[in-house]
Amino acid sequence: MRRLPRKDVVIVGLGWTGAIMGHELCQAGMQVVALERGPWRDTASDFNVGTAPDELRYAIRHELFIRTAQDTVTARNTPDQTALPMRRWGSFLPGNGVGGSGVHWNGHTWRFLPSDLNIRTHYKERYGEGIFPENHMIQDWGISYDELEPYYDRFEYLCGIAGQAGNIKGEIQPGGNPFEGWRQRGYPTPPLKMQLTQDLFTKATTELGMHPFPMPAANMSQAYTNPLGVTQAPCTYCGFCERFGCANYSKSSPQTTILPVLMRHPGFEARTECEVMKVLMSADGKTATGVTYIDAQGQEWEQPADLVILAAYQLWNVRLMLYSGIGKPYDVSTGEGVVGKNYAYQANSSVNGFFDDKRFNSWAGAGALGMTCDDYQGDVFDHTGLNFVGGANINGTTFHARPISARPVPPGTPRWGSAWKKATRDNYNTTTNVGSQGSVMSYRDCYLDLDPTYKDRLGRPLLRMTFDFKPNEERMSAFVTDKMVPIMRAMGAKQIVASPKKGPWSVVPYQTTHNTGGAIMGDNPRTSAVNKFQQTWDVPNVFVLGASAFPQNAGYNPTGTVGALAYYAADAIKNEYLKRPGQPLVQA
Amino acid sequence: MTTPRGTRRRFLFATTALMGLAGTAGARTIEGLPWTSNEVYPPAEARPGPWLFFTADEGAAIEAIVDRLIPQDDLGPGGKEAGCAVFIDRQLAGPYGRAEGVYMQGPFPPNPLPTQGFQSPLTPAQAYRKGLTGLAAHAARNFGGRKIPQLSAEELDRLLTSLEKREANSPEFNGSEIFDLIFNNTMEGFFADPIYGGNRDMVAWKLIGFPGTRYDYRDVLAKPGMPYGIPPVSLLGRSEWRRPGGRG
Repeated sequence: MRRLPRKDVVIVGLGWTGAIMGHELCQAGMQVVALERGPWRDTASDFNVGTAPDELRYAIRHELFIRTAQDTVTARNTPDQTALPMRRWGSFLPGNGVGGSGVHWNGHTWRFLPSDLNIRTHYKERYGEGIFPENHMIQDWGISYDELEPYYDRFEYLCGIAGQAGNIKGEIQPGGNPFEGWRQRGYPTPPLKMQLTQDLFTKATTELGMHPFPMPAANMSQAYTNPLGVTQAPCTYCGFCERFGCANYSKSSPQTTILPVLMRHPGFEARTECEVMKVLMSADGKTATGVTYIDAQGQEWEQPADLVILAAYQLWNVRLMLYSGIGKPYDVSTGEGVVGKNYAYQANSSVNGFFDDKRFNSWAGAGALGMTCDDYQGDVFDHTGLNFVGGANINGTTFHARPISARPVPPGTPRWGSAWKKATRDNYNTTTNVGSQGSVMSYRDCYLDLDPTYKDRLGRPLLRMTFDFKPNEERMSAFVTDKMVPIMRAMGAKQIVASPKKGPWSVVPYQTTHNTGGAIMGDNPRTSAVNKFQQTWDVPNVFVLGASAFPQNAGYNPTGTVGALAYYAADAIKNEYLKRPGQPLVQA
Repeated sequence: MTTPRGTRRRFLFATTALMGLAGTAGARTIEGLPWTSNEVYPPAEARPGPWLFFTADEGAAIEAIVDRLIPQDDLGPGGKEAGCAVFIDRQLAGPYGRAEGVYMQGPFPPNPLPTQGFQSPLTPAQAYRKGLTGLAAHAARNFGGRKIPQLSAEELDRLLTSLEKREANSPEFNGSEIFDLIFNNTMEGFFADPIYGGNRDMVAWKLIGFPGTRYDYRDVLAKPGMPYGIPPVSLLGRSEWRRPGGRG
């Protein structure tokens, strides 16, 4: 192993959080190197308009995702089962390369509700301890919405999010989400144009007494120049968003918002196709001294650094902590330890509607084109007697109708033959969908640890995932899905198919790449791995960014909160940590 | 599909040290936005010609099957004419067939939970070879020694239905597994961009009304709910833009 010259900061992973932190720390005058195990990716070369709209290559063969041969997880539903590797991605799709999951996301950019962040205290005060499900591990985040609000704002203005505010400094705004937390100002850009599905959804939900509003979108409704001076162009509603890079510079990603500035910063350097093996520790185990990594030719390097930022995808952050001995690993048998605990996910559901007389043209869409109702979100509604915690947003979206994967036919239709062919033709443009994005609570037996059997290509244990949907989530999803059926009926569907979320969780069908937890934040080192600044309790010069910090998952997409937390951590490092390097920002 | 990317990326590694861009050999060190003119990663286009993976018998069997899964009828061409068999052949001859990038380390337990997904030690190419051999024997046993292309449409439909419904599974022959593979790949081929050999002349997209790779639908958003009048286009353009007998 060869030793490289010291840097002030080494960042593991160059996606959203790595790019945000890299830019903030370079601005503070630090020398920063980012190590990215995937390739360099940029719009003109990798998301070129002549090659980008290719469903087989990107959506089906998973071009932008990490190859399972390079890294995967093993999975099981319960601790008494033997976990097996995910040889093909299915349930979720971890990104790879510069930009990370910020390249292939849809762009739903949410703030969590204030009561999502102090969920334990909030529910206990309103309903009493009896509301919590069996074996739950629900915790407060250790941060309040008021503390996080300025950082949500910064991320939204970095991205140029298209939306309609619902609550500006406590004043409810017409057309926005009346249930959202306060925001200091409106969205940077107006909502996207809407499709027929949204028009019908808005009319139906309004008639039903609900409160529809435009989904906040990282797809540009108009040209936008962000505070760094980087300009995005208007979205063309091409229908190739999720699983694809955008050829139009119209979807917010590290490439379209930060990297053009960060890459030319004299303090910054990126090394691609470099896989970090572990964080190196001092002899007393209290300080990180840098990282080791393997380059594309198999050469191992030591990169010394004063500050180590883990900014990989949620799963890989947790794995690197376990490899490096940062924090006490979670032990399911005793409930002690913190690294790997509180793995959570998202409980989504859908209602398909088949119509006679409508033409939806759903291939003309954008990743976050939709109208949403938060009437059954979080604790917006009274949970008394419902026997579950949490909720979901209800969405009428139009994000694609790519034909390998999106050509629903009514139940009872054969899967092949002339009858299938006719039904496919008749229903392709006359079908639409209402979906929900539901919360998942944390449980004692849903966690991440290292697999005893399966290894990666470098001989390291794969991360093992133990997870299932619990009765609390099934009841929540059934409740919310029951609210979606009347919406579809009011929209005019002649036939309706409802699919609430049910266990057991399977790795096979795609559900969502909203994996959370495993290195959770909190106010107590016995119950959390990082403090509210995402600084590890045990090793103060290591910060762990991303959705790994979520103590449980809310009924929203995570990226808005991931971005806000990254800015929050960056400010704490710049304004406090650098005054006393190596010291904890919160006393245990 | 991944070959051009892999080649180009490796080429970049090999040259970074020579070009003096990198402080460390093997890593691609990047300062400033890297730019190489014409750097783009096109897909590997399926070329016409003989089978690349299938034997003659296998190819004939697959052509017969894809034409029952997607029959030629009054709505338009079937799976064979659409190129689904060519699509599957080219896929199996490429990175997909080799399970390139797929985690293939054992152990492979015999009875994984259904929730644990794909757990076979076989690559798709190996699974097709084994599955089609088993299927030929199974058909011969059940249809008086005949081969699949010699079966009537009704006989082949009956056979495919029994495979789909797991009625033909035995320790020697996993009929549902080969059915699922062929079924999924046939649908991929029928609806994928024609550049991969299926969906010839965009027959599937014309059938359902998918405009393909136009990439700009602001006109649709201006008037939701109306028919779309612009014909589809693919990564290959449109077949009438090519010389008769040419590709696409």
